[in-house]
Amino acid sequence: MKAAVIVFPGSNCDRDLAVALRAAGMDVTMVWHKDTGLPDGTDVVGVPGGFSFGDYLRCGAIAARSPIAAAVVAHAGRGGYVLGICNGFQVLTETGLLPGALIRNAGLRFICRDQALEVVTADSAFTAGSVAGQIVHFPIAHHDGNYVANAEVLARLAGEDRVAFRYVDNPNGSSGDIAGVLSDNRRVLGLMPHPERAADPALGGTDGAAMFRALAGVLAPA
Amino acid sequence: MKARVHVMLKDGVLDPQGEAVRHALGTLGFDGVNGVRQGKVIELDLDEGTDEATVRQMCEKLLANTVIESYRVEMA
Repeated sequence: MKAAVIVFPGSNCDRDLAVALRAAGMDVTMVWHKDTGLPDGTDVVGVPGGFSFGDYLRCGAIAARSPIAAAVVAHAGRGGYVLGICNGFQVLTETGLLPGALIRNAGLRFICRDQALEVVTADSAFTAGSVAGQIVHFPIAHHDGNYVANAEVLARLAGEDRVAFRYVDNPNGSSGDIAGVLSDNRRVLGLMPHPERAADPALGGTDGAAMFRALAGVLAPA
Repeated sequence: MKARVHVMLKDGVLDPQGEAVRHALGTLGFDGVNGVRQGKVIELDLDEGTDEATVRQMCEKLLANTVIESYRVEMA
């Protein structure tokens, strides 16, 4: 199980994500944004949280046009797994790998707190360790986490069971309380909350570890 | 030569920042402000002869996120 974690200027959850992936048993390589390829045999790419390129222009916009982004899009196109957390989710929407966009929180404030989430589907490598309807707690820490998409996209996401997580008591105005969405092949997940910040008892919670264990389980050679 | 690109959130996309500005104007006593939409203006200093189609490609590929934003190009 090989994971690659992308590092942009301004990423700040890259090492936390690497720790969580390693704890689940994966080999992790950090990959700089100027690299044009992923390490051979990469199973899953992690696009971490932070403030890539200072959130200039739009959150994730510049990162989504960096050299490594093309390699991540190609990886997803081959059926590879991609996990984008917080700024990573914003990057994935900017690349077009995930539908919709993330705009300023409805309340305009940066929100940093533990957040209750409903696992909406267990039908993905990321959520296979949970059951649909289960409530988990991940921290959130974002200013631009307000998920928007047109009515057609929202209907398709719901109809295809591609909403992975919904907020309990929507903190940021997201359409349909959406906190995380899956690609149509269910192998790309983007979410605003931070599972890697709830992946060790020392961090105050372990709900997030289930995601990394589930992912490692799916990717483990049979 | 210069080009100016105006980027705005599309109609129907809630603009929380514009809404906050509208509230602030009301607080200052400016009645009758029924809505505020906040966008951005991007000025490009270009080689002579750059055509509008090229600037529009820049908008499509980077300057605007057409999922939520519309843009208008002004060639100067």
